[in-house]
Amino acid sequence: MVKLLLDGIEDPSIRYLNGYRAHGGYQSIEKAITMSPLDIVEEVKKSGLRGRGGAGFSTGMKWSFLDRKSDKPRYLVCNADESEPGTFKDRYLMEKIPHRLIEGMIVSSYALGVRHAFIYVRGELIWVAKHLEHAVGEAYSAGYLGNHILGSNFSLDLTIHVGAGAYICGEESALLESLEGKRGYPRIKPPFPAVSGLYGCPTVINNVESIAAVPWIVTHGGDAYSKIGVDKSTGTKLISASGHINRPGVYEIELGLPVEEFIYSESYCGGIKNGRALKAVIAGGSSVPILPAELILKTASGQPRLMTYESLNDGGFTSGTMLGSGGFIVMDDTTCIVRNTWNLARFYHHESCGQCSPCREGTGWMEKILHRIEHGHGTQADIDLLVDVSKKIEGNTICALGDAAAWPVASAVRHFRHEFEFHVRHPDQVTAPNHVANAAAYKYEEITHAKNND
Amino acid sequence: MPKITIDSIEVEVVQGTTIMDAARQIDPHTAPPAMCYHSGLNGSGGKCRTCLVKVVQTSETNPRPMPKLVPACRTLVEDGMKVENNSSPEVISARKGIVELLLINHPLDCPVCDQAGECDLQNLTFQHGAETTRYTEDRRRYPTKSLGNLIQLHMNRCILCFRCVYAADQLTDGRDHGVLNRGDASEIGTYIEKSIDNDFSGNLIDVCPVGALTDKTFRFKSRVWFTKPVYAHRQCETCCGKGVLWLKGHEVLRITGRRNAVGEVTEFICNTCRFESKSLHHWEVEGPAPIDQRSVISQNHYTS
Amino acid sequence: MNPTFSESTLSNINRLLSRYPADKRKSALLPLLHMAQAEFGGYLSPETMDYVAQLLTLRPIEVYEVASFYTMFHKQPTGKYVLEVCRTGPCALNGAESIIDYITRKIGVTINEISSDGLFTVKEVECLASCGTAPMMQLGERYIENLTEQKIDDIIDRLKHGERLDIEPNPENSILFRSCQGQSNG
Repeated sequence: MVKLLLDGIEDPSIRYLNGYRAHGGYQSIEKAITMSPLDIVEEVKKSGLRGRGGAGFSTGMKWSFLDRKSDKPRYLVCNADESEPGTFKDRYLMEKIPHRLIEGMIVSSYALGVRHAFIYVRGELIWVAKHLEHAVGEAYSAGYLGNHILGSNFSLDLTIHVGAGAYICGEESALLESLEGKRGYPRIKPPFPAVSGLYGCPTVINNVESIAAVPWIVTHGGDAYSKIGVDKSTGTKLISASGHINRPGVYEIELGLPVEEFIYSESYCGGIKNGRALKAVIAGGSSVPILPAELILKTASGQPRLMTYESLNDGGFTSGTMLGSGGFIVMDDTTCIVRNTWNLARFYHHESCGQCSPCREGTGWMEKILHRIEHGHGTQADIDLLVDVSKKIEGNTICALGDAAAWPVASAVRHFRHEFEFHVRHPDQVTAPNHVANAAAYKYEEITHAKNND
Repeated sequence: MPKITIDSIEVEVVQGTTIMDAARQIDPHTAPPAMCYHSGLNGSGGKCRTCLVKVVQTSETNPRPMPKLVPACRTLVEDGMKVENNSSPEVISARKGIVELLLINHPLDCPVCDQAGECDLQNLTFQHGAETTRYTEDRRRYPTKSLGNLIQLHMNRCILCFRCVYAADQLTDGRDHGVLNRGDASEIGTYIEKSIDNDFSGNLIDVCPVGALTDKTFRFKSRVWFTKPVYAHRQCETCCGKGVLWLKGHEVLRITGRRNAVGEVTEFICNTCRFESKSLHHWEVEGPAPIDQRSVISQNHYTS
Repeated sequence: MNPTFSESTLSNINRLLSRYPADKRKSALLPLLHMAQAEFGGYLSPETMDYVAQLLTLRPIEVYEVASFYTMFHKQPTGKYVLEVCRTGPCALNGAESIIDYITRKIGVTINEISSDGLFTVKEVECLASCGTAPMMQLGERYIENLTEQKIDDIIDRLKHGERLDIEPNPENSILFRSCQGQSNG
């Protein structure tokens, strides 16, 4: 198994500078300062590294958009506002190996000509921020941060910043607003942050995992990185596995691993808990479309589904989904899809910033309709209304939160319409006490609730 | 100068013009509707999404496709751009959806709302909305809060366009109100009850597209269509002194700023002119104010 | 009485401000509000927010706007220990709803209420990025994961008796704060 990001994680001392250096840490800086910044950008482009926050956009391309002609300062901001339900990989990496992210920040800043970089950590992860802060202090003392790093002309300051509870701040322009001490409202683009970002200056924003991959790429070269993985899904990816599985946790996989192996292998999820059957998977964090068991294991054309950007997207949204942030949520056959969809709709309703009208009003409406259906007060027309409202939001909002709220709802109805119809037709059964009062999902097996029993 | 085609009509505009302003140059009445954008307020726009249009062709120099609908008020014209506004079924359908979403939590209390007759949301709904609602849940309601003796706040009617926030930032000497909370619990307020009081605060009323901020001194005095708007001016040291007097007989019921063809107040007036000069002898009357023929206010034919 | 930061906090604030560009003091608003909430009773009263506004030379409304946007800032007093239990997606799949139900019954409060002894407030929160160890909750600065009814019993009993919880300590001398009164590990 290839391990680039989590290499050395079994050694608890890797959290601290000496332990990290014992595992070869900070070598990429020595190499980087002998290279020209643009050459490093080239290496990152060659590596094929794609943004690990969810969008999957080429990191090298994003870097090349940075306005280098501007005479304003340039900023690098690391998006460590990990809040997507099902995703907990960045937290794990930062908590266990904070120096890997810091090394990535230093090398990336050098490549981008940045003198002041920020790591925006979600406020709830305060102790992770403290570990990072401690590690930053160590890096300053060792001469990896501050003036004239390792005797070169390159100087860098790194600030750990904490948020205060808002999923929307994971959207890069909302994150910048928040970092400026404002409400986390996404900005209307263009202009893009590469031209006008933090404090109106050219800014690159990257996910923790993307930045943590850069030291390896600099040390070993972009070509070496591109040989890992398959096709346009190069390198390794951290997958956060959760839900009804035997071995939940963060796994670093080589992209291209079959989904079936990931779910059932003892090296990864270890199969479904309590020996139950697989019902559905949300493969890339709560925002991506849910897929039923038959479509997550194999594509519509019968090919084995792989853990890659392309394979997971095979079939578009009709029969596919997205790799997203790699938040892999597994559901067994006792899961009520309607309740799960309502739960996620409630999340997006709660997290909508309220700036643009379709998302502000639409997310609340979807939650209400789903609540009604789940609690036995829905009608057949509500199911179509639900899909229609999701379409009114999708694509019409300032940022991607609107889409993120619409996709789980639309896909749940697309693939599990029979369950929605069951709720509408059998309100007596879905309002049974064990359904509502003891709504823990694992108790659902007690009621006739699934496709086969309808 | 860049040329742009909107619904098959070509227009040449200066560099830096938005699609919205280009469309308004062609015809203010067919231009995309704007609930949050106000040309007199920097940074406004992009939020209500009623002005979404389809860019079917971008420029040759920047051929990046725009697969999603874009807000006309915040998208700059590029040479050779082709835009569909009223001619695109996709745009019309999206707009209808936005109107429905703007209305689900709106109280629809037009019969008792002072804004009725000059309300952008009313007009928008008439032009682009559906006849009925599919929303059956309870509508959002806020506790009544006071902003002082001059401005009446009806938060239930607010569509969160943010215009009043920009206006307070840009026209007054310090903003005391803002948008509080988050998501659909967002509200306009001062947090701790406080009256909004400064020389230009009355303009918050004029920029509000709905009946959320209305003139407290005009409250329930008359339906707007029973009043006669006339242009008038006066010597004022604080502002331009150019206003509209809304008359009933010789009584001045209300004073507002003057509006352009798309209903935006472009020259802002001070509170002395607005609230403390409510008598004809304070003003020199110029003549009837032009009113859009389609407006209910023009139905009285008083302009002739 | 008007809130005033202690000398040591004021020196921490100077350290904090030095981490942002000199003309961008507003950037320190979120961390500063965390400090204020930690120091002034576990919530942000209007007086506290006005004080923070004054420190950063902002208009009070700018602080109210920000404080009311973020869920970690409490605008009302809370119990000494705030149990913030995740209710989202993967946690819900693993029994979050019955755990929340159990906690509130055990303490005898409804969500967001302060217990009669003033010790506890239970809040439902959205995903805390701990889905692999569901169900879970945040207590002060730390996460408590893989919650079971037994674990809840143990935690609540210990907190009631003023005992420490068995949680790994944080790095010391940090100027970053999680705003809460009852630090579970300190």
